[in-house]
Amino acid sequence: MPQVPLNLYLELSAVLFIIGVIGFLLRRNPITMLMAIELMWNAGNLAFVAFARNYIDMSGQVFAFFVITVAAAEAAIALAIVVMVFRRRENADVDDISIMRG
Amino acid sequence: MIVLFWACALVAIASGIWTIASRQPVHSVVGLIVNFAALAILFLTLSADFLAMMQILIYAGAILVLFLFVIALLTIGSAPIETGRGRLAFQAAPSVAAGIAALVIMGAGLRVAWSPTAAGPLNDLGSVANFGQQLLTTHVFAFEATAFILLIAIVGVVMMAGRKELRF
Repeated sequence: MPQVPLNLYLELSAVLFIIGVIGFLLRRNPITMLMAIELMWNAGNLAFVAFARNYIDMSGQVFAFFVITVAAAEAAIALAIVVMVFRRRENADVDDISIMRG
Repeated sequence: MIVLFWACALVAIASGIWTIASRQPVHSVVGLIVNFAALAILFLTLSADFLAMMQILIYAGAILVLFLFVIALLTIGSAPIETGRGRLAFQAAPSVAAGIAALVIMGAGLRVAWSPTAAGPLNDLGSVANFGQQLLTTHVFAFEATAFILLIAIVGVVMMAGRKELRF
């Protein structure tokens, strides 16, 4: 059974990350933007786990676990913010929300 | 194994594009679930058993359900989508085919993860015992910091949810 080389996993990770970046930059629905951010978290996780397998070191997998935890916290807070924005106005286009502008 | 990798990679890329391209947020969530399942199988091929399990449990089971709850909460005043009868009937055969394909791919991933030919230290690289030992000995400070981050998230969400008036 031939092993998959590391660079294939890293290239897949890069492609998924770029898909997430494109989605975050192009979409204006905040929920879809959050899902693009989740895509980027997971692309990073894939790179971590691929390196952990390559160097036979558990630290990459443990760090990927921390990434999952932080992503859960981020999703909870961001979705709370989205719910508050939607409660205030009907369509939550992120271009219209300018309270944080300096 | 390379065939399994390419199958999962294509599924992951296609579902990722579907996630960011679909107009309905619910369709995006479905695409994201498929993407996370494909990534869990890739984790299995990288001998990260525990992480593959956590990927399904936490991501597909908790975070995406949170997304679905928010989408359902925000569209609560709208009319129900399924008004007619059998609008989705033409999707029955493709969905059954997709489910069978997913079962085949997952079975291949499990076979790779627990194949007896994978000898040496890789066999228990990502096992629960090894993972837990690393988590609670080498990385215990980061573990505690994670607990603090989750506490901050809980306090922040409760503060934002409990506030009545919001101006912006």
